[in-house]
Amino acid sequence: MHAEEKLTYETWPAEPEKSTLEAKNKFLGFWLFLGGETVLFASLFATYLALKDKVPSADHALAKDLFDLPLTFVATMLLLTSSLTSVYAMYHMKNFNSQKMMLWLGITVLLGLGFLGLEVYEFNHYVHEYHHKFTSSAFGSAFYTLVGFHGAHVTFGLGWILALMIRNYKRGLNLYNAPKFYVASLYWHFIDVVWVFIFTVVYLMGMVG
Amino acid sequence: MANQQINSGNPRVDLEYRRKKNAEEMRYQVVSFTLMIFLTLVAFAAVAIEGFTAWFTVPFIILLAFVQVVFQLFYFMHMSHKGHEAPSLFLFSGLGFGLVMVLAFMTIVWW
Amino acid sequence: MSTYAQKKGFGSVIWDYLTTVDHKKIAILYLIAGGFFFLVGGIEAVFIRIQLAVPNNDFVSAGAFNEIITMHGTTMIFLAAMPLLFAFMNAVMPLQIGARDVAFPFVNALGFWLFFFGGVFLNLSWFLGGAPDAGWTSYASLAIHSKGHGIDFYVLGLQISGIGTLIGGINFLVTIINMRAPGMTYMRMPLFTWATFVSSALILFAFPPLTVGLTLMMFDRMFGSNFFITENGGNTIIWEHLFWIFGHPEVYILVLPAFGIFSDVFSTFSRKRLFGYSSMVFATVLIGFLGFMVWAHHMFTTGLGPVANAIFSVATMAIGVPTGIKIFNWLLTMWGGSVKFTTPMYWAFAFIPSFVIGGVTGVMLASAAADYQYHDSYFVVAHFHYVIVGGVVFAVFAATHFYWPKIFGTMLNEKLGKITFWLFFIGFHMTFFVQHFLGLWGMPRRVFTFLPGQGFEMSNLISSIGAAFMSAGVIVLLINVIVTSVKNEKVGNDPWGDGRTLEWSIPSPPPFYNFKQLPLVRGLDPYWLEKMEGKKGMTPAEPLGDIHMPNASFIPFVIAFGLFVAAFGALYNGEKSWAVPVIIIGLLITFGSMLVRSLKDDHGFHIHKEELMDDNDKGVKA
Repeated sequence: MHAEEKLTYETWPAEPEKSTLEAKNKFLGFWLFLGGETVLFASLFATYLALKDKVPSADHALAKDLFDLPLTFVATMLLLTSSLTSVYAMYHMKNFNSQKMMLWLGITVLLGLGFLGLEVYEFNHYVHEYHHKFTSSAFGSAFYTLVGFHGAHVTFGLGWILALMIRNYKRGLNLYNAPKFYVASLYWHFIDVVWVFIFTVVYLMGMVG
Repeated sequence: MANQQINSGNPRVDLEYRRKKNAEEMRYQVVSFTLMIFLTLVAFAAVAIEGFTAWFTVPFIILLAFVQVVFQLFYFMHMSHKGHEAPSLFLFSGLGFGLVMVLAFMTIVWW
Repeated sequence: MSTYAQKKGFGSVIWDYLTTVDHKKIAILYLIAGGFFFLVGGIEAVFIRIQLAVPNNDFVSAGAFNEIITMHGTTMIFLAAMPLLFAFMNAVMPLQIGARDVAFPFVNALGFWLFFFGGVFLNLSWFLGGAPDAGWTSYASLAIHSKGHGIDFYVLGLQISGIGTLIGGINFLVTIINMRAPGMTYMRMPLFTWATFVSSALILFAFPPLTVGLTLMMFDRMFGSNFFITENGGNTIIWEHLFWIFGHPEVYILVLPAFGIFSDVFSTFSRKRLFGYSSMVFATVLIGFLGFMVWAHHMFTTGLGPVANAIFSVATMAIGVPTGIKIFNWLLTMWGGSVKFTTPMYWAFAFIPSFVIGGVTGVMLASAAADYQYHDSYFVVAHFHYVIVGGVVFAVFAATHFYWPKIFGTMLNEKLGKITFWLFFIGFHMTFFVQHFLGLWGMPRRVFTFLPGQGFEMSNLISSIGAAFMSAGVIVLLINVIVTSVKNEKVGNDPWGDGRTLEWSIPSPPPFYNFKQLPLVRGLDPYWLEKMEGKKGMTPAEPLGDIHMPNASFIPFVIAFGLFVAAFGALYNGEKSWAVPVIIIGLLITFGSMLVRSLKDDHGFHIHKEELMDDNDKGVKA
């Protein structure tokens, strides 16, 4: 099966993300990359945990002063839901329904943007209300680096999904772009996996003390 | 590489079968999503409700996080499907090594 | 980029290499760039030995000495040893598993250019205000306070080349998992392929902590964060951990491919199946696994406490077991074999005692209590040079002679090869053996000079003379390369006559599609099996058909170049007004070209069956 082949609903394979050698390689390579990303985030988490609440003097805000449960909860819900919507997108991809896939991807992007907006608001809030800055303490540096790395991943993921959508909006699905969509959705889920640990380890544990 | 679907000889039937299977799987996805939301709610509640000690809350919410991540990996990311042997090997090796690292940073980084 | 592109002016050759995605050409690029940095690092080593040849020497100043030792270590590990091994992995591994290329040819090229630009960036520090001077480990407590931009060059240069290495590792892993020829099961893979596999897995898990460590250092030095600033709550031990969590697996990333090369050399020139193949595979995997559990043995004297020291000490000693298995298997491979003493075999033969010395001192250092004595002395210097030179550099020399005909189609001169060997081998032991004793007598490492009358003069002089011998050996190798390239006597598929694995069943150098028909692999050492049954070559596993090949691309070069530009901006951030715009321009170049790559369809091209049949008649040329 060649990647360029024009396919119909009937000839569309069961696993379009793995139906050519290139696709198989991309699929596996991306999973391996995620394995490496796991270690990358583990390093950042480890650094954060080692530097949590490490501030130069008593007038700096600590984790338990900063975080706000409702805000984190809303952000979490947005990102979790966006994970489900990208599952829907892949469901329609497997059923060779390009229109619906695009629709669900669009919703995913919107939810992701909402999450990002909340994060920007949150950071801004910390800086202005609590003077909790990237440069003010080791705790600040570690916090913004860990959460910011995640935010940068969200941003990159949004750009990636958008680029794929725009590029393939007119021409629909084929075996060349289906693996690309699939891999982008894996990336998006991975971002959610990382967030599960961030809201647990950084926010919830931060509030517990 | 040929299609890896089950061949009954009748393309119509195969297609129907696949479609049903996809739809069924999508239902599972929704169920696991509901569970994930539930777990998240429990985790947030455990922190919001006063009266639990940190010694209970922290291990509890970490456990919930791991359960939730398993849902993400196995259902949303389809790791429960065939052909994910190498991905699982590498992802869980990475996770295991990452945990060793976190443990080290929580125990032998001080001053 | 097809068979009939035969014009080849000088410009077109350059353009060909700038845009190539062919693993064999990328291998040559790695070989040239890695070889160049090896010479640079070697010259730095010579400067170190000149400075230390006599007491109270003032050949270089103390500050310059710090820069030289830092750059020597950094260059040799990141810019010489790794790329040289990558050269052989690229050149040989796809052939050994019977693949037409690697899984991601584009990413392969990108990996090379990232490494190259990172290396160039790091070395530009010599001309732009001074090189890094906090040692190759660049401990934060020193590095944070280092004046000038040296450390910034280190951080940014290694970051760029590290990304290149990481994606190279993923590429090799996918290639080995997905692209083995029919019949090439995991347990039929040559040991070099196995070693490539395991060390790529180590790269995948070891480089992210380095990435993080370098990022934190970059943030601290250039963007005002406080990870390592103790006054603001930071902690310099974090750098030590992150660095060694990377740094220790790095040692195995280097030495496992070396083991793989020697395994293939031993079985080839003993003309005998590798003894204990499955235990060799097991040992390789086990070393890879244990390699992650021992990083803190570099930090025994940091004060981790007796429990942590004990755990890491025991784990470290455990690595001696699988390594011992390997040593015995190599010895038993030669035992009863009909051993042919070619140049690669000389290196392999000399490797065993040399490496065992390094291993024994390794176990000595692993005893935490004793390590308080050895720590930061020349004993450590002697130990790791025995492991890295005696293991990795010997392997690189062996592989250079062994695979030269496969890569370039002509044999290196055996007589000159043996002269190289003797000069280097004698020089190596002269240089480093006495350093064990210098360390035990109390000479600390990284000192720029020493006083007369402390009993260090004679040994240091011997050590420096040894360095001259090693240099002479390398010069002979260079002469050898020039002489054989000028003569350029073409050789056939299997120039050593004893090839066992698939790479020897195809022409030297192989055509750009490697295998006209994928070979059918019937067991370990597939080519040897066929030869023993009197066949000329491999039995094909498929009929002659169209071959799908990737297109050449200039984008990898541009992506890497963008990061190179951005790195200059980051370096001068907060100091020059143009810094931030330069960062943005660089990142735009990088992400823009990534976007182009993502959006422009690139289906590659097909070589048609008819062309392949033509090639058959007139003999293949690549």
